[in-house]
Amino acid sequence: MDILLQQIINGLVLGSMYALIALGYTMVYGIINLINFAHGEVMMVGALTSWTIIGLMQESMPGTPGYIILLIALVIACIVAAALNFTIEKVAYRPLRNSPKLAPLITAIGMSILLQTLAMIIWKPNFKSYPTLLSNTPIEIGGAVISPTQVMILGFTAVSLALLMWLVNYTKLGRAMRATAENPRVAGLMGVKPDVVISATFIIGAVLAAIAGVMYASNYGTAQHAMGFLPGLKAFTAAVFGGIGNLAGAVVGAILLGLIESIGAGYIGALTGGVLGSHYSDIFAFIVLIIVLTLRPSGLLGERVADRA
Amino acid sequence: MKNQKIFTFLAAAVGLLVLPLLLQSFGNAWVRIADMALLFVLLSLGLNIVVGYAGLLDLGYVAFFAIGAYMFGLMASPQLTDTFPAIAEMFPTGLHTPLWIVIPMAAGLAGLFGVLLGAPTLRLRGDYLAIVTLGFGEIIRVFLNNLDQPVNITNGPKGISQIDSLHFFGLDLGKKVVVAGFEVASVSLYYYLFLALVLVSVVICHRLELSRVGRAWMAIREDEIAAKAMGINTRNLKLLAFGMGATFGGVSGAMFAAFQGFISPESFSLMESVMIVAMVVLGGVGHLPGVILGAVLLSALPEVLRYIAGPLQDMTGGRLDASILRQLLIALAMISVMLLRPRGLWPSPEHGKSLQNVKS
Repeated sequence: MDILLQQIINGLVLGSMYALIALGYTMVYGIINLINFAHGEVMMVGALTSWTIIGLMQESMPGTPGYIILLIALVIACIVAAALNFTIEKVAYRPLRNSPKLAPLITAIGMSILLQTLAMIIWKPNFKSYPTLLSNTPIEIGGAVISPTQVMILGFTAVSLALLMWLVNYTKLGRAMRATAENPRVAGLMGVKPDVVISATFIIGAVLAAIAGVMYASNYGTAQHAMGFLPGLKAFTAAVFGGIGNLAGAVVGAILLGLIESIGAGYIGALTGGVLGSHYSDIFAFIVLIIVLTLRPSGLLGERVADRA
Repeated sequence: MKNQKIFTFLAAAVGLLVLPLLLQSFGNAWVRIADMALLFVLLSLGLNIVVGYAGLLDLGYVAFFAIGAYMFGLMASPQLTDTFPAIAEMFPTGLHTPLWIVIPMAAGLAGLFGVLLGAPTLRLRGDYLAIVTLGFGEIIRVFLNNLDQPVNITNGPKGISQIDSLHFFGLDLGKKVVVAGFEVASVSLYYYLFLALVLVSVVICHRLELSRVGRAWMAIREDEIAAKAMGINTRNLKLLAFGMGATFGGVSGAMFAAFQGFISPESFSLMESVMIVAMVVLGGVGHLPGVILGAVLLSALPEVLRYIAGPLQDMTGGRLDASILRQLLIALAMISVMLLRPRGLWPSPEHGKSLQNVKS
């Protein structure tokens, strides 16, 4: 029972980090029908930037409380990631908006490799230990433990999601985004500037990814140039799982994926009599994805993208 | 006019035949690069059937390469006899399955997996298919990495070593051959084998492109619903495309295993899948000369750079080593080529409408 509760908590934490990344994928896909392969790398840049900032701040002003350092690092990471994603869209995706569909996909993949390589050059390829800035004492709930960092992750995710929902559903920009996702050309005729909307989408996605990056690094205590790849892939899986282009779907898909992964990893050893170990946890995501897509080809909650096939 | 064409062909043929002998004099490493380039050409030709002809984006193609390689690796190395005493008893001299059995087996198994992967995913549209195939590639890799326990089949991350070299008709490609006093190194022999395979594949692909099946694939690529309405059995043809593409992957995998003599899951990462897709798309999707050009450029150029990058590494204090520089250049090439020529370096003149983002 305790193990189950513990795995549920871990799964929720993992899932909420996936959710933050998945939203960026799903928003971009909803608007320009592109899998932004570089999104996981934006998250990585966010994490590594915050690592640098934290290192600098701990050196220059010792004694500052951990949460303030973390908050400042988070804000700077968000700004850097937003600027980066904005530039990526402008340089690599915008000129190709009317090209064959494979072309922007290849530049996206190229961008992902480029960012990883640049990060490797700038930050060196070693694993960096990410400092624990919040208190280390775990909180106990019904036999399971949750660390303050994990509480912070859940809190940040909830706040970000609420803000995003408000932004998309109740603001002018949100309405413009929804209109562009529905039909860019008609939205343009109605006075929406698609370029502005698309840039805004990339910036919002990057901010969420940077938050996810900082959370991910503080949760696992390490950061590295390749850290964005697997979470990025899983988050995209989650977005597809929930129905790509569908914001609520991305969140549901991500949380479910996190739960499946952590519960699966906790029990697979016992279930198969030790034949399969927890190192198979990485493939749960994909197996679930294949099953779900076979049964429901447009994801759990259905996609919101107008079918332009 | 016709004479000129024949002359070009002859010059190209002689050039291709002499190339390894020339490279050999600079060192076998250079021939090795040419060998790998040919293998990648083979892989790209296979993927081109799936992506270029049928328009199905497959991001897990390297899985079939891996299946072929492990098939050969298991059937022609001490791995299985070491693990299972029963097999060791059956083959007292060690397991050395002949080429003529292993290659069809590798091709068949990879093709089977291709169909198995294709079957549940056929209803999916482009991007979903991409992510499912990507997931499939990862699943295969994770299994290769972890199937060393409870029973040691793949030897896990350590990989399988001591794989037999190719030998047929009493000719062992693993040893150098002396022809009329001239020494032909093992890598050059592999070069000729791969070149022959590439030629056969080009002919197969070219004939496919012009055949009924090929035209049906392109019809599916351009508009699936219209193709269906024209009486094309889209399900079977898509499965066929997956299966055929996978077969190419399987055969190249077996060749790779024999050529390297060692395989590990590291050679079959997602990055490799991405590279193969990049080769196909960069060269010109669906266009054979373009695909070959893309494969040669992306596989050979970075390797050549590895030799030039040495001084650069000293200049930058080790921060910018050869492999990083190589990755950097591949990334930049992918981005800039796509930005400047969105349809590839050498696109096909007529069938250019594939996968175009048609706005409704």
